[in-house]
Formats: sequence, structure tokens, C-alpha cells
Amino acid sequence: MERPLTKNIRTDGQPVFLKEYESQGGYKALPKALKLQPDEVIELVKKSNLKGRGGAGFNTGLKWSFVPKKGDFRHKYLVANGDEMEPGTYKDRLLIEGDPHQLIEGMILSSWAIQADEGFIFIRGEYTYAAEVMSKALAEAKAAGYLGNDILRSGFNFNLHLHTSVGRYICGEETALLNSLEGKRANPRTKPPFPQVSGLFGQPTIVNNIETLCNIPHIINNGAEWFNQLSLTPGDGGTKLFGASGKVKKPGVWELPFGIPMRQIIEENAGGMRDGLKFRGCLPGGASTDFLTEQHLDLKMDYNSVAAAGSRLATGLMIVLDDKTCPVGMVLNMIHFFAQESCGWCTPCREGLPWTEKILRKIEDGRGEMNDLDQLESMVRFMGPGNTFCALAPGATAPLGSALKYFRDDFITHIRDKKCSWK
Amino acid sequence: MIPKEIDNHTTENTMLTAEEIHEINEEIGMYPYRQAACIEALKVVQKYRRWVSDESIEDIAAHLEMSAAEVDSVATFYNLIYRKPVGKYVILVCDSVSCYIMGAETMLDHLQNKLGIGLGQTTADDRFTLLTVPCLGTCDHAPAMMVGRDLHRDLTPGKIDAILAACP
Repeated sequence: MERPLTKNIRTDGQPVFLKEYESQGGYKALPKALKLQPDEVIELVKKSNLKGRGGAGFNTGLKWSFVPKKGDFRHKYLVANGDEMEPGTYKDRLLIEGDPHQLIEGMILSSWAIQADEGFIFIRGEYTYAAEVMSKALAEAKAAGYLGNDILRSGFNFNLHLHTSVGRYICGEETALLNSLEGKRANPRTKPPFPQVSGLFGQPTIVNNIETLCNIPHIINNGAEWFNQLSLTPGDGGTKLFGASGKVKKPGVWELPFGIPMRQIIEENAGGMRDGLKFRGCLPGGASTDFLTEQHLDLKMDYNSVAAAGSRLATGLMIVLDDKTCPVGMVLNMIHFFAQESCGWCTPCREGLPWTEKILRKIEDGRGEMNDLDQLESMVRFMGPGNTFCALAPGATAPLGSALKYFRDDFITHIRDKKCSWK
Repeated sequence: MIPKEIDNHTTENTMLTAEEIHEINEEIGMYPYRQAACIEALKVVQKYRRWVSDESIEDIAAHLEMSAAEVDSVATFYNLIYRKPVGKYVILVCDSVSCYIMGAETMLDHLQNKLGIGLGQTTADDRFTLLTVPCLGTCDHAPAMMVGRDLHRDLTPGKIDAILAACP
């Protein structure tokens, strides 16, 4: 099985720098792409069925095609979203720390496609080592003539900068990220206008996830057909970084084809549950996805199959719930996170999440009442899709709503026994 | 290169050091207008002073031609800009879901007992400040924390003791 994204990543954890990257065939896609028309690159990426790996799963080539071709623009921008703050997610860190030039090459190719002249790599502030590795790689790429003016004597200019953030989950939302890059509070922006038309400093901007951009060199080198055949699911091109954390025997992150059964990831890659523990459920793609349970173990891990089961593939890194961990406590932990990280811009999220946290705290501490469950149900509806300014609160309600469905008995036991039976 | 009009910008009556002003000006040069360097300016000041005081907020505001309230609204928004004094090492303990499952609460209790401080507090010798942080993105090695710029993973109480003892 081919693993284009992680093939260079060393087992000793050391980053692959320029010489090694070039010796593994790196920067070979660049002259190829520069011989193609930008539109041909967009068309190729569209046909590859590469979908956004940050969680939304939107066709990347299609997103690029919304950038206006003509107009009086000072700049066009390409931004790599490496904010990676979704609880349970640790894939972009691996790609930046392990093979930084793969991202840089992917960004140069993408900037050619959308004709961007300026780029930013937005990395969360806590990723100090990733930022060090990336800054060294950027200096190497500049010195080698892969970045800057007249790249490989093509006449194409692309300057790429590193931006380290100062912490806030909402920065992962693409319009909030742009506000943060402009030095402001990271509140999301009204859409439309979409960033493709009016983004960073009012100029056309594409924001793509790190993993998404890392796929581009391989699509240029090997073609759309090759990329599609990597996947077991027609329509979802390529491989995906999947992972499992929680009380499995071997937590980790693995590059696997789309459409691989969830059971295979948990039982084979993650080595199954730790001795004495049973699998109770998982959040398939980070904290803002709905729980799936034992009945879903044979589910194919691709966008449509996971959506049909009532959850989202999102980041693809699952958090596993075992039978000795309290689901109420786990949901409380996540709601606490979302309440704290809410940017405070819209009322349902700013007020609803702390209120929800209070109710859950009551139940977890043995002070809950049965009608709290109705209140929680109504909070899930109240902060659901369409009622809030961005996707933060609807994401927060996903684990809560699904826990009320699958683990209702646990909530009831807490209320009836006036305690958490795991404590 | 810093354009002349930026470098010549007068900053009288400011407590910012020449070094800080130089670094902030370098950042301003990266953006289409001065105010866009707000977060970078806060980072520069914090790098030298560990935290950002009310006076620094006013100095940054004057230098970027913004109101102090605007600068403070940015400073207080971000988790990693400290508006209160912190110790030499800020300990950021991940309290998000994978670490919760893997025992983050035990690690937090241990740290509080060991350091004799609660969350948000600084030890009397000014060495350690204890804070929680959202998911550190290393969940396959939970529980995790950062001490200063360094990440520590697969924590146990014993490992935490060794990490703290090794801090110069």
C-alpha cells in the first residue's frame, strides 16, 4: 500500500530537510507544475477528488476555482492552516515536524494554481518545535531558489512567511484565522464575502489545511487517476492520516486509505483496547464529532459513510471511550473546553456553552435532576446548525447530543444515585 | 529591511526598549498597516518581560497608533498572552479530552501538591506558573504538558518530578 504523505517521515523522529527531501524526489513536482497553466493545475486537483483535510471535506480544486482570475488586486494570498487545536488531533504536527518541505512544495504548487504571490503558514503557538523546523526549512527553500522572486526562472514570484499564533481554538476557523493574521481578535467573519474573493487584508485568499496542501506534490507527480485509486472509496481521493487516542494498546497516527473499516484501525493499527477494558464508543474525528458505538465498528471511514451514521469524519483522528471512563465526565470535559474557547461573538455560543457546562457539572457532581436532561436536549437544539455565527457551538453539541442518545443510562444513573459511579 | 517612514516613527514617552521597538518595527514592515502588527508587538514585549503590563499595553498602543482598549482587547483574547506576571517557567498542562481519559486530573493534582500552588498561581520563588491549556496535539502520548517551550509526553507523577528538578 502506498503512503505518499508519510513515506519520507523518519522513524527516529528527525525532520527531513532539503537534501534528503530532494534525494527522495522532492521539488520534482515544481518544474512540472510551472509548465502547466494554472487552470490546468486546478482542474487536475479537482479531478483528484482531494477534499479538505481540516474537517469540512470540501473539494480543494473547486475551492481554488472560486478565486477571481481578473481584477485589480494588490496581492493574492495562500494560507496554510496549522492551528490544529481540535482536541484529539495530532496529524498536522507530524507532517510539519517530519517533512516540512513537503508542505512548502505543496504551497508553491498551490500558489501557482491560484496565482498567489504571498503565503503564510499559520502554526499554533504551542507547536514550538514545529515552528523551529519550519523556519529552518523555509530558509533552505529560499536559499535554493524555490521561494522568492522568479522561482526556477519561471517569472513566478511567491514569498512564504511563518506566523506563530498565540493560542485560541477559534483561530482554526478560516475567517477567524484571517482576523488573527491581521493582528485582531479572532472572531469569525460574516460570509459572504468568502475569503476566496475577499480574505486577508481584503484580497483574494485561499486557506487550506496542512494535510490538504501536503497532498498536492503527489497529485502533480502522479496524476488524478493514481490519487483516486489510493482510496477504497470512489469520490474520496487519496489517503488519510487516521489515528486513535484513549485507552487503546498502541495509540498513534497512521496513513491509510479512505474507506478502511473503523474496526481495522482500532483493532489492528491501535492494537485493540488495553487489557481488561472494552470499547464503548469513539468520537471519529475530534471533539466536535458525534459519538459512534460498537454497532458502528464495521463502518467505512470516509466522508459519506460516517455522515450516514450520524457523525462526521472531520479530522479522522478518533478518541476512544472505554467502559471504565465516565461518559458524562468526558462530555463535561469537552463542553468545558468549548465554553472556554468560544470567542464570545454570538449569544447562543457565548451564553449557551457555560450554561450547558454548569448543568453537566451538576450531574457529574451528583446534584442533577431528571429535568436537566430535557434542558440539555434543548441546549443541543438551541446551539445547533443554523443558530450560531460559526461552526464552534454546533460542533460542541455533537458529542453532547450523541452522548444523550447512546449513553443516556449513564446520565440517569448519575442523577438517580446522586454520584458518579466511576469516582 | 524596515521602510524609513516606519523606523523614523517617533516613540517619545515610551518605556519600550530600543530593542523592542526595533523588533516591533520589523514586524510592522511585514504588513500593509501598523495596527496589523498588534499581536506581534505583544509577542515581542512578552518575550522580553515574560508578561504584558498595563503600561506596556499603553506603550504598544501609542506606537501602533491604536487605543489602549483596542490593544487590550487583543491581548486578553489570546491564551498565550499573559496579562499578569508569570514565573520563569510557565507550565501548560493539557486538560483536554484524550489527556482527561489518560489521567490529566491526577497529573494536575500532583503538580499542585508538588509546587504548593493552585491553577493560575506562581510559586513564591518566581520559578513556576501553573496553567491549563487546550489539547496540545500529542494525544497518542497523553497525558502531556509544556514547561516553557518544551513539550513533555507520556507523563507520570515520577516523570513530572524529574522534569521539574531538571529545570535550571
